[in-house]
Amino acid sequence: MRARVLIRPKEGILDPQGKAVERSLPALGFEGISHVHVGRLVELEAEDSSRLSELCEKLLANPLIEDFEVQEIE
Amino acid sequence: MTSWGVLQFPGSCDERDALHACSLAGEARLVWHEERDLNGLDAIVVPGGFSYGDYLRAGAIARFSPAMEAVAEFAGGGGPVLGICNGFQVLCESGLLPGALLQNEGIRFLCRQVDLVATGADSVFLHDIEEGETLSVPVKHQSGRFYAPPEQLDELRERGQVALRYAPGQNPNGSVDDIAGVVNEAGNVLGLMPHPEHAVDSLTGSTDGLALFRSLAGVAA
Repeated sequence: MRARVLIRPKEGILDPQGKAVERSLPALGFEGISHVHVGRLVELEAEDSSRLSELCEKLLANPLIEDFEVQEIE
Repeated sequence: MTSWGVLQFPGSCDERDALHACSLAGEARLVWHEERDLNGLDAIVVPGGFSYGDYLRAGAIARFSPAMEAVAEFAGGGGPVLGICNGFQVLCESGLLPGALLQNEGIRFLCRQVDLVATGADSVFLHDIEEGETLSVPVKHQSGRFYAPPEQLDELRERGQVALRYAPGQNPNGSVDDIAGVVNEAGNVLGLMPHPEHAVDSLTGSTDGLALFRSLAGVAA
């Protein structure tokens, strides 16, 4: 399967990157945008999808500070 | 004489300074990341830099190197391990130390001298340092904001695992509770974001960093 893994900073943990993006928007004329968070996107192909979750917990995300979500593509 | 091993990953950049600092408190050699044999070494330093390009997250990939597998075993047997900056990040990612290091609150890369206050935590690297003693040591990092979830943070405080704090008003990165360094429960693994290995010669302003290396050498002797 082809999969897309979305990794986000956990809720409640300060995300300075998201904040910086959010603060820059009004200067460009974009009003009314809030709760901006910046994460990571990893795309991969797996012969066996049964261990994807484990792979995410062990390497792609740090479960202490990040949440992840695996999405199947197609 | 204490025999130190300083890990070297592709992307390490502080291993030479660490080697020099260790050599002032014993003898020292580099340990390439593919090496597994730590025989004959009394203490390990995981140095600063950008191991494996810091891809994914700082320290995330170094954790799986053969040398780090050997270090985990070494630490498990009570061997002293000091992680500095990227080395601290690697030790947290490895689970050898609690918590995680996040991007600095102000996003920017920081490079400045800071004062650290010793908490009196019990560690082989801190024996020569009194509780409340201040050390002047540089920081240089972009992801140095120490974080632990509230319940883990309470445990760290209760068990005396907070080893070093930034002096009041000097927290450079938004670390929770001003934490600059933590020890594991057994006290043989210490990680800190500031760089004691860059503070061992009066030529560069401070020699306060030497105390960490000499403490261990004194304990090991």
